[in-house]
Amino acid sequence: MSKLVLRRIDRNNEEMLVNFGPQHPSTHGVLNFLVETDGEVMRRAIPDIGYLHRSLEKIGEMVGYPGYMPYTDRIDYLAAMFANEGYAIAVEKLIKVEVPKRAQYLRAVSCELNRIASHLVSIGTMATDIGAVTPLVYALREREAINDLVEALCGARLTYNYHRIGGVAFDAPEGWRDKVLRFLDRFDSLLQEWDRLITWNEIYLKRLGGVAVITREQAVDYGLVGPNLRGSGVDWDVRRDIPYGAYADFKFDVPVGRGWAGTVGDAFDRYYVRVLEMAQSSRIVRQALEKLPEGEYMAKVPRKIKPEAGEVLSRVESARGEMAYYVVSDGTERAYRVRARTGSFLAMGIIEDVSSGLMIADLVALIASLDVVAPETDR
Amino acid sequence: MQSPFTFAFPRPSTRRLLRVSSIGAAVVLPFALFGLLVAYLPFIQQPVFFAFVRESLKRDPATWAGTQWLYGAALLVAGILGFTFAAIAGGIFSWYERRVAGRIQSRIGPNRVGAGGFFQWIADAVKLLFKEDLVPAEADALLFRAAPYFVVAGMTLTLVALPFGQAVIVADLNVGIFYILAVTALIVVGILLSGWSSNSKWALFGGMRSAAQVISYEVPSALAIMTPVLMAGTLSMQGIIQAQGGWPWQWFINKNPAAFVAFFILFTSQLAEANRTPFDLPEAESELVAGYMSEYSGFRFALYFLVEWANLWIISAVAVSLFLGGWQIPGVTAQDWAALRGGGAFPRAAWWAMQFASVLVFAVKTLVLVNVVIWLRWTLPRIRVDQMMNLCWKYLVPGGFLALLFTLLWQIAVARVPLLEKGSGWILFAISVYIVFRFFVLTRQNISRVVGDRVDLTNW
Repeated sequence: MSKLVLRRIDRNNEEMLVNFGPQHPSTHGVLNFLVETDGEVMRRAIPDIGYLHRSLEKIGEMVGYPGYMPYTDRIDYLAAMFANEGYAIAVEKLIKVEVPKRAQYLRAVSCELNRIASHLVSIGTMATDIGAVTPLVYALREREAINDLVEALCGARLTYNYHRIGGVAFDAPEGWRDKVLRFLDRFDSLLQEWDRLITWNEIYLKRLGGVAVITREQAVDYGLVGPNLRGSGVDWDVRRDIPYGAYADFKFDVPVGRGWAGTVGDAFDRYYVRVLEMAQSSRIVRQALEKLPEGEYMAKVPRKIKPEAGEVLSRVESARGEMAYYVVSDGTERAYRVRARTGSFLAMGIIEDVSSGLMIADLVALIASLDVVAPETDR
Repeated sequence: MQSPFTFAFPRPSTRRLLRVSSIGAAVVLPFALFGLLVAYLPFIQQPVFFAFVRESLKRDPATWAGTQWLYGAALLVAGILGFTFAAIAGGIFSWYERRVAGRIQSRIGPNRVGAGGFFQWIADAVKLLFKEDLVPAEADALLFRAAPYFVVAGMTLTLVALPFGQAVIVADLNVGIFYILAVTALIVVGILLSGWSSNSKWALFGGMRSAAQVISYEVPSALAIMTPVLMAGTLSMQGIIQAQGGWPWQWFINKNPAAFVAFFILFTSQLAEANRTPFDLPEAESELVAGYMSEYSGFRFALYFLVEWANLWIISAVAVSLFLGGWQIPGVTAQDWAALRGGGAFPRAAWWAMQFASVLVFAVKTLVLVNVVIWLRWTLPRIRVDQMMNLCWKYLVPGGFLALLFTLLWQIAVARVPLLEKGSGWILFAISVYIVFRFFVLTRQNISRVVGDRVDLTNW
């Protein structure tokens, strides 16, 4: 693989070839970028992925349908709820099970909390990559609070395995609703504190504004998804446009990049879209907890799942953008094919094009603003 | 039932001893350090030293051959003192900075070794001493080993001309500030060497960035330094301080509007020369791993950090000497000092006490500036290379030239109308007071709007 990448590099010029990763503080996991630089200015950065490849799709063909659920956690460890949900929805479509209303609401609550946690890591590491080390600690502090809440819900803090085929694993414990609401009250005002802390800092704006611009057309051509797509000014959100689960019941806005720091689609837009999305997630959680219906949290699902032959596609809006599962059944207990389409992989594709002419410091901003998570890229 | 995982180390008695000794050290160390400087450094000033030779040794200092040898030996002791001062100041700053960073980042910071973690810097230094001193394969071993010495030399040599108090200075060179500018440039040599010899591309990047940054910022820094030099009419550090007064409106920063600007130019460029945030590009962790120190380990690595923290004292002390009145005690004039000193005889006890007071004034001013530098580091993001160059050549250098020109005209005008200087002193002093007041008001406002956790101080 690496030889294939190396072959694309012209060795007979004046540029220096630097390996940016796989052990580098700002690559957000084991990623490697082959950077051709002329001093501080890059000619291009070629992403070299596959360091965290764990054959997760192949494993989907080897284990049964319910048995694959814990593996989906590992696809995106920062936002495992979405990977759970996407797979659960796909299998539910295959075996034609109706998920109870309460389970759908709990799924929405847990997912949106997870989205906040994931975005907190994203914007925190972004600030650290730009050189401000303090905001990350504030972000992680709030993420810890969310982790506590999710731990109360499902017993895990990172790889949740909470969503199951036909519903969710556990009902919300007693008093959990009030705890979440108390956290959200604090969190909403914390977002304003965050803006004072770093967002409108002059140096921060100068570092991100107009840097690594991805135009609307480019974003669509490269198939970017989620906040990266919306940062470029494309108004598309699966939760609103193709509602799944309980999302049709909630009112929320979809923040879109407006060129707050100068240009639409620059690194700052992608960053600030995430900040605004956290406020919307908080809104959704409040609505869901308010209307949380009583009843079952798990549908009747046979112990042995043996769907009819067929194929389904499920789409969910993960923290890193649209996540799609394509599951093919051949009528046996195991899937014939499980395919996960993830946001980070798509985001890696655009780096080579956008990176030419940037400085090394901007490459860091670009990677951070695309919110790339290594296992989601490699699976 | 006691958990099987608790183990009592250190034992309660050891812990108590640690606590008491660390509090004792925290109180005694600075006083002992400054006390030693006060007790020793005035002694090697020429008049006192000559008086000592004349009266105690009964020789004529001008003709006796031993004077030179004795003075050389005395300077050696002064060198050891200076080194000790830099090492201990750097160590204590490293602890202090981490404590401040902990507060800023809503966490506790080091608090295990001694009371408030005060001995953390000793623990770290000991740990780094025991680590392997690794030289990377195919690195230029000689240069790689030599590089930290250049950096340390560049830092410690400045202490020669850096004043601590009225007579507390190793040598009051008549080119003092010029000498300091010159020897600080040695640090760049060391950083470039380490960047080049490490045989690592990231280290090379760091070294090149550092060279570009430090050499660029020496220009505005030198221009800003010219302002107080013009006002005092001398390059000697003590001469510049003696031209100022003890009260804030007698400081150079307030005596001349251009000096007010020049102070901020100097402060900014010195941040850049010391590689502090927002100019920490040479060691930018998120971009260059650790820049020029990427490949260093063990005590050589510690030396870089020692220099970084000891530099905090040096850049602040230079700014304090040039603009903020140095060691001048409010209300004490040059005549008072001369009266206390008496004739050519050995100075009296009251004189020594006043020396210590002047050192305290100087230290307090310097520590306030050190604090500001630390705040900046944990608040601001890092600027990009091109922005760093823009700031230097498009804003600071022209600003420095303008300040220089203005000072030239100002000095001519002041010679005609002395009231100008007094008026400027009062007006700028009022403005500075207002700025500091606004700073505290804004800080209070920000703190009152905080919704996150306040740090729990019980675990201090």
